[in-house]
Amino acid sequence: MSAPLLGMTGIVKAFPGVRALDGVDLDVRTGEVHCLLGQNGAGKSTLIKVLAGAHQPDEGTIEWNGEPVSLTTPIAAMRLGIATIYQELDLVPGLSVAENVWLGHEKATAGWTKRGETRSATRDVLRRLGHGEISPSMEVRHLSAAGQQIVSMARALSHDAQLIVMDEPSAVLAHDEVANLFRVIRELTSQGVAIIYISHRLEEIRQIGDRVTVLKDGRTVATGLPARTTPTREVVTLMTGRTIEHDFPERTDDAASDELLRVENLTLPGVFEDVSFSVRAGEIVGLAGLVGAGRSEILETVYGARRPSHGRVLLDGQPLKPGDVTAAVRRGVGLAPEERKSQALFLDHAVTHNITAASLRRYSRLGWLDRGRELSDAREQVTALDVRPGDPRRPARTLSGGNQQKAVIARWLLKGCRLLLLDEPTRGVDVGARSELYALVRGLADSGVGVLLVSSEVPEVLGLADRVLVVREGRIVHEAPADELTEHDVLDLVMSGASPVSHGSGTSNGDMS
Amino acid sequence: MSEHTEHRLGAADAISEAPPADETSRVERAAAQTDETASWLTRTMNSPGMRNAALVLVLLFICVIGILTTGDLGENLFARKSNILTILRLGATTGVVSIGMTFVIIGGGIDLSVGAIVALASVWATTVATQDYGPAGIVLTAVAVGTAAGVINGVLVAYGRMAPFIATLAMLVSARGLAEEMSGRKTQTVTRQGFNDFFQAEPFGIPALVIMFAVVALIGWLILNRTTFGRRTFAIGGNSEAARLAGINVKRHTLLLYALLGFCCGIAAVMILARTTTGTSTHGLGYELDAIAAVVIGGTILSGGRGTIAGTVIGVLIFAAVNNIFALNNYTTSKQAIAKGLIIVAAVLFQQRINRNSRST
Repeated sequence: MSAPLLGMTGIVKAFPGVRALDGVDLDVRTGEVHCLLGQNGAGKSTLIKVLAGAHQPDEGTIEWNGEPVSLTTPIAAMRLGIATIYQELDLVPGLSVAENVWLGHEKATAGWTKRGETRSATRDVLRRLGHGEISPSMEVRHLSAAGQQIVSMARALSHDAQLIVMDEPSAVLAHDEVANLFRVIRELTSQGVAIIYISHRLEEIRQIGDRVTVLKDGRTVATGLPARTTPTREVVTLMTGRTIEHDFPERTDDAASDELLRVENLTLPGVFEDVSFSVRAGEIVGLAGLVGAGRSEILETVYGARRPSHGRVLLDGQPLKPGDVTAAVRRGVGLAPEERKSQALFLDHAVTHNITAASLRRYSRLGWLDRGRELSDAREQVTALDVRPGDPRRPARTLSGGNQQKAVIARWLLKGCRLLLLDEPTRGVDVGARSELYALVRGLADSGVGVLLVSSEVPEVLGLADRVLVVREGRIVHEAPADELTEHDVLDLVMSGASPVSHGSGTSNGDMS
Repeated sequence: MSEHTEHRLGAADAISEAPPADETSRVERAAAQTDETASWLTRTMNSPGMRNAALVLVLLFICVIGILTTGDLGENLFARKSNILTILRLGATTGVVSIGMTFVIIGGGIDLSVGAIVALASVWATTVATQDYGPAGIVLTAVAVGTAAGVINGVLVAYGRMAPFIATLAMLVSARGLAEEMSGRKTQTVTRQGFNDFFQAEPFGIPALVIMFAVVALIGWLILNRTTFGRRTFAIGGNSEAARLAGINVKRHTLLLYALLGFCCGIAAVMILARTTTGTSTHGLGYELDAIAAVVIGGTILSGGRGTIAGTVIGVLIFAAVNNIFALNNYTTSKQAIAKGLIIVAAVLFQQRINRNSRST
């Protein structure tokens, strides 16, 4: 058999704090759809960036048609025939379809663009994709997400790409658009183009994929599995591995404690509707649901970062001023947001300053900062939470994901917050550090803090929370104690809205509290 | 359809087992490697103290050039005490504006209207009606007008959500226009001798203006480094979304930053009145560029979140010294402008190099 189109062996890529790729092997044949699977943080995005020439691997070899190559720049990758279609489509909205397709390699003579030729070449490429109806002169911002994806693919073809990497292409598409995407992919593979297809949806992989490679913790754990026949159980086991079971801390009985948070009929039009629930002091309440179901937005609205159109949020029976973060913080609410780096951290500033950012008032006398006390308090938190490295004067940038998360939680511990909102607290957190975070959160709850937790990982919600609210399409469709739910129950609810047989009305809306 | 999230299933039914030791140590190993790869030079140059020390060296180098090009050591034009004081006096006015500008830029903003605000404040403070209230009236009016203009900038930027560049550009043209309108484009003289006497005094042989600059710089340093206001300024410039979600009132703080800079412009207007004994709509021309350049040369990055007052002071002195050397050597102001441009480019390229090195580790 001849050499594969693309062969990657032993790829290693380290960043400060984490080895994102730690020995990845991947081979892709001409004309196949090769699926790449792995959990969040398994290294998929880094691998794509290596392929796109955006990251240079520290170790390992890449072969193209059997020849060793180095993808030093995105242009080098493109010249070779590797095109990448990112999840966030990288088109220029104000330019036309044709201009976007030929961006960077315009058809031109001495700098003068050949408009006619560009248009007809664009039309050819679009027709090849089965989308002759898209006008080359249309501005890209007027196209739907599906249409923009076609333009991205047309751009790939304009580079004579032989390998197209698609990062979760179906995530931005509606259901019927996915079928069309598959049609386009089949069209491409029949022309000999290879596809690396990344998706979380196993169902899709079964439909479109030929072979599967599974990544876990930056390593290839299986490669070349047949996409259609490998049992789901086997794939899932490979992805999660049997080693990353977490020890969830013991639940403690706190049924008698007082209600801390009450949310009444909260509505943010188009995002979530008529959401009511409550959290008691010392209780961990989990919001389970798909990305985009409105979970994070509920959290942000409780926090005052978004202003609801209806409903109210009460803390200790007193309403919180809607849309006012400062007021919420003053009342003792804290948020560890989903996008830690962009929403919570001052990456270039010392860990100390990150930890004390919400408590500056405490160290100020007439605006004057008591920096000695500030540092010693921060140091105390760093020690208590075992943040590593333990020097609080280092910039937050130098910490790993798990330790950055600890610093964010330390901010609210120091503030003495009574209601902690956690949005995907273990995203980007190393496997080993997760159990520590779980223990930390449980410890907080035991000390009387109410916790509202959002996570896409169902086991995390079930393992950590006392009570689970299932959110689907902006509504709470079910509520139950965590130990009465199984993952299958939750997934069924999340996907279909159907209530598990063993429980009563699945559409009950917080009235169980 | 349920396969959609099925991959998350595995962890729950997996056997309970402690994570292997190498999982946790992986991260620490990687962190340790980072430490080793950061070069000594990068780390030292990256601390603000060392960067300012490098700037001092540049300033000394410029002074050496000044001494070498302006006559014998015995009666050197540059090194004379009177000349040094002239440099400081001329630098003091833009210096005060630069201190305020440092705050705004660290907070993630920019203000192009400072020169126009200085002009407006100088004109308003020297109208006949204002001068009737005596020296105190002049000072209070200048400071109040400057602060008010700063508040307007701040409201437009923070609450009107205008880009700082645009909001302050609008202030630039309209403030100078208002100054022309008020003065009828005539030069207004300070008639209150008490005002001139006070601000032209030289206690211990040091001009009052230089003392004012020193005081403003010192207070600025204290506010930036020792108060919650300063800490919040860094936080907002470093990551305004994170600052907002940490409960910091970003809008109010942004407003205060522009108000603070307006206040500094008011002080600068008082200083320019003292130096020239006149108020006119042409005062403060080009101050915005001098101030921004001094701040940037001083190591404050335009995207916000990092910067020092000491760096700004040195940046101001570098500019003032260069101006002076060119004047002493009878070079034209055009040549001065060329030299300033080159200094800005060199300073920024140098800093980018340092930043890139520190980021790549």
